[in-house]
Amino acid sequence: MTAAATAVRPRAGVRLTKSRQVLLLLVTAAVVYVLAQLFFPTRFTRPYDPDAGLFDWLNGVRDWIEGQTKGPFFEYFITPVRTVLTWVVDLVTGWLNAIGWTGVAAITAALGLVFVTWRTALALTAAFVLIGLMGLWSGTIITLGQVVVAVVVALALGVPLGILAGKSDRFLAVVTPILDFMQIMPTFAYLLPLALFFQIGAATAVVATLIYAMPPAIRLTALGIRGVASETVEAASSLGSTGWQILRKVQLPMARTTLGLAVNQTIMMALSMVVIAVFVGAGGLGDSIIKALRTLDVGRAFDAGLAIVLLAMILDRLSASASQVSDRRLTGKVPWSTRHARHLMVVGAVLVVIGIALGLTQTWADTFPSAWHFSFATPINQFVVWISHNLVLITDGLKNVVSAWLLDPIQTVLTQSPWWLVLYVVVGLALIMTGRRAAVWAAAATLGVLVLQVWQPSMETLAQVLVAVAMTMLIGVVMGTWAARSSRVSAILRPINDAAQTMPSFVYLIPAVALFQPTRFTAIVAAFIYAIPAVIRLTEDGVRGVSPTAIEAAVSAGSTPFQVIRKVQLPMARRSLLAATNQGVVLVLAMVVIGGLVGGGALGYQVVAGFSQRSNFGSGMAAALAIVLLGIMLDRITQGAGARREIRRVEEE
Amino acid sequence: MTATFPAPGPLAQARLAAAQEPVEETAISVRGLWKIFGPGEHKIIGTRLADLSRDELRLASGSNVAVRDVSFDVRPGEVFVVMGLSGSGKSTLIRCLTRLIEPTAGEVLLDKEDIGKASQARLRELRRHRLSMVFQHFGLLPHRRVIDNVAFGLEIRGEPKKARRDKAAHMLSLVGLEGQEMRYPDQLSGGMQQRVGLARALAVDPEVMLFDEPFSALDPLIRRDMQNEVIRLHHEVGKTMIFITHDLAEALKLGDHVAIMRAGEIVQIGRPEEIVGAPADDYVEDFVQDVPKSYVLTLGWIMREVRPEDRLDGPEFPSATVIRSAVHAAATADGPIKVVDDGKLVGMVDRRLILSAIAGTEPEA
Repeated sequence: MTAAATAVRPRAGVRLTKSRQVLLLLVTAAVVYVLAQLFFPTRFTRPYDPDAGLFDWLNGVRDWIEGQTKGPFFEYFITPVRTVLTWVVDLVTGWLNAIGWTGVAAITAALGLVFVTWRTALALTAAFVLIGLMGLWSGTIITLGQVVVAVVVALALGVPLGILAGKSDRFLAVVTPILDFMQIMPTFAYLLPLALFFQIGAATAVVATLIYAMPPAIRLTALGIRGVASETVEAASSLGSTGWQILRKVQLPMARTTLGLAVNQTIMMALSMVVIAVFVGAGGLGDSIIKALRTLDVGRAFDAGLAIVLLAMILDRLSASASQVSDRRLTGKVPWSTRHARHLMVVGAVLVVIGIALGLTQTWADTFPSAWHFSFATPINQFVVWISHNLVLITDGLKNVVSAWLLDPIQTVLTQSPWWLVLYVVVGLALIMTGRRAAVWAAAATLGVLVLQVWQPSMETLAQVLVAVAMTMLIGVVMGTWAARSSRVSAILRPINDAAQTMPSFVYLIPAVALFQPTRFTAIVAAFIYAIPAVIRLTEDGVRGVSPTAIEAAVSAGSTPFQVIRKVQLPMARRSLLAATNQGVVLVLAMVVIGGLVGGGALGYQVVAGFSQRSNFGSGMAAALAIVLLGIMLDRITQGAGARREIRRVEEE
Repeated sequence: MTATFPAPGPLAQARLAAAQEPVEETAISVRGLWKIFGPGEHKIIGTRLADLSRDELRLASGSNVAVRDVSFDVRPGEVFVVMGLSGSGKSTLIRCLTRLIEPTAGEVLLDKEDIGKASQARLRELRRHRLSMVFQHFGLLPHRRVIDNVAFGLEIRGEPKKARRDKAAHMLSLVGLEGQEMRYPDQLSGGMQQRVGLARALAVDPEVMLFDEPFSALDPLIRRDMQNEVIRLHHEVGKTMIFITHDLAEALKLGDHVAIMRAGEIVQIGRPEEIVGAPADDYVEDFVQDVPKSYVLTLGWIMREVRPEDRLDGPEFPSATVIRSAVHAAATADGPIKVVDDGKLVGMVDRRLILSAIAGTEPEA
């Protein structure tokens, strides 16, 4: 435990423990805050001014860039990329439409049959049919088409880059910080700049999705290549293999499982992003959700959300199983589907041919006949009404208590503090928790927010993040510890967590809105739901990783279970908890910002407004940049020693 | 030289001196080989830094000397064992021979060709046809059947499928794995997996086989089987073998010559009896003190000159016989043992010599 060792490194003179240092920092900040309120209450605050000069300037930049569309950068790079992507997306969507829902369902069934089991095939086909029945077929095809294109391009670029990163230490060193940065960047932040260059449309959605989905492809490919035992590579090279032979005959086959995981992850991330990319004109299922949420039609949103979840499930099952085929053979257990692979392939092929033939020839197979449509909208809306009548005490109570006692005070303090006091706390925390370099980064990010003229909305967003993180950590650590100590709890939580982590983030807005209507608290709830699986998982892994000998020693010394948790398990899982905090903060920020759509306001709302009105572009852009800066700031503070490595380790498992 | 008993007899000393002469014919000859890891890899040799010890150098330059100025000759057809504890640089050394690790300086001559100067293409050529290696953790490909693992080297050099599979099947029968062709490596026990590794290395019909601690990962009993397997194969195929181990008993059992490595340097090279009977320094002596000497020392080591009064009706043994094998004969015969090489009487060993050799192994006795 190097981290623990450095924390208690004995020094000459008195050295405060970290918690004492944090306490000292907060107490001094509180004193300064009170003094500031007494003597110069508004002097160093930065209230939001929608007409700030910077926003006009950013609008000017936009106008200038739009004026450049005839320039070489657009002519030889942007426009060709956009044209080709649009063309390909149209092509794929066209095919999917041409083969009709029967064709798509038949392909799904065939893949399920060959790669998984006939039961899964049946379930997946039923899922597709259900999507169709809800009247969301055409939206699903749009979303699916963009996912397919984005995934193909992401893999075509990401896998070779990953191989390079797997083979070359130098390239890995270059690419790692970039990937880390892309991972902490909230998805919402780079849509607006992209739209500026690629305009609104499917192409922009694909590019945004590409940026989001490529890092796991690169990282996991590199991991797979590097995971091959060095001795095996040496053995191949001692027999005179060329580099290409080693790659093709040794590294790629042995990394097959990880490569499968890379494909799976890329697909899931792509789906998640395509849905959010609705703001840059992706259309499809994301559009259905947004429209429904704008009119507070939770029932319609539920339909679309369910369709996305079903699509995610289908893509996940198919891509995950396809990657495990080779594995199963190695374990020696040959499943039914492998023993009959030939026959299944024939059956699958026949199914596909029939499905496509129907889709091409029969009009009823083109899109789902509207006579068959049904919707969960009415019962769900009734349920929401029922909640608002019967559970209002609980939901409103929770909302009001958290808002009045937690959110409001924090928000007041943050917005009313002199900006340099916030800077002082940020730098202090970064210094204590992580180190000098992190403090420099955090300080620069904080000053950047100040310069962007969005200090107040940033502080509002920060307040929501802090509340959501506090809730997430509190409950997440308790659940994670519980799961680590009880295999039954773990067995219940694991599949739920797995499912939750494959779901596109956008979907989490729906239950939050259903329960709490659009408010700031809704954004916090959505962020909580979104971030808690990762926190539970990291905590559980950390607590499980504590050496059993240490626990036996504590128990044999007569510790109560609570003492074991408090004095042995949690302190020894310190690194994982730090990692959980870091991951929690990053995820919460990403979701709180999206929550700007449903009453969260602050930065997220400003970005959305930037999409909808030309004159608001400047402030939206500033807000988008501020989101990135907040992300950097929060990440650096909570990074700690080795937190990043810890997250990666758990992800890789 | 430290005083140990049994010290080489006068005849043995003469033979020892003869053994120090340069080797005439070599399969592999290593000259002044260095490997330094770290930022100063190419800045240290030839400077005063090169004279520092490992730890001093690490402090001074942040570089780590894994192999320091190593030279040795391997005769064709012999088993040459490099023995050392972990961290002594032996694994780095063997990887430098086939440039899995690029040596920092020095020559590795394979049949007078300097491997270090070979181009990448030439190096691949050498690896494909003349050198092959067996690894500690086998290095097998889990996604290929046993037979395709064995055929891997042949596949790499472009042999057609039928030919390479036939050859691989033959190799598998040679190492006693008939009938396992279509299984996957992880369905086999560790010992069987290493037999696959052995067959793979044999399949390319190399001149020199390199073994990197091949049996360290195996259970003691299986390890003994595999050692005997290597001895048998060595008799059958007669390849030159360079064998790395951290196990002294294994080194003495297999090696025609043994080199002892410590902190990147070779501290002694010799036949097993020379290592045990005449350790070069305290380090080696410490190592060999628990070895039962009569299991390693030969009659040639303790024999004396023939005296006129010797009875010549005793049993005859060649000088390479270990003492232990002659004990029974010495106990039952009336006269002293005659040591005979190529039909020529070269010396005598009487019971007194044998008993004191055995006694010398137990200091308390």
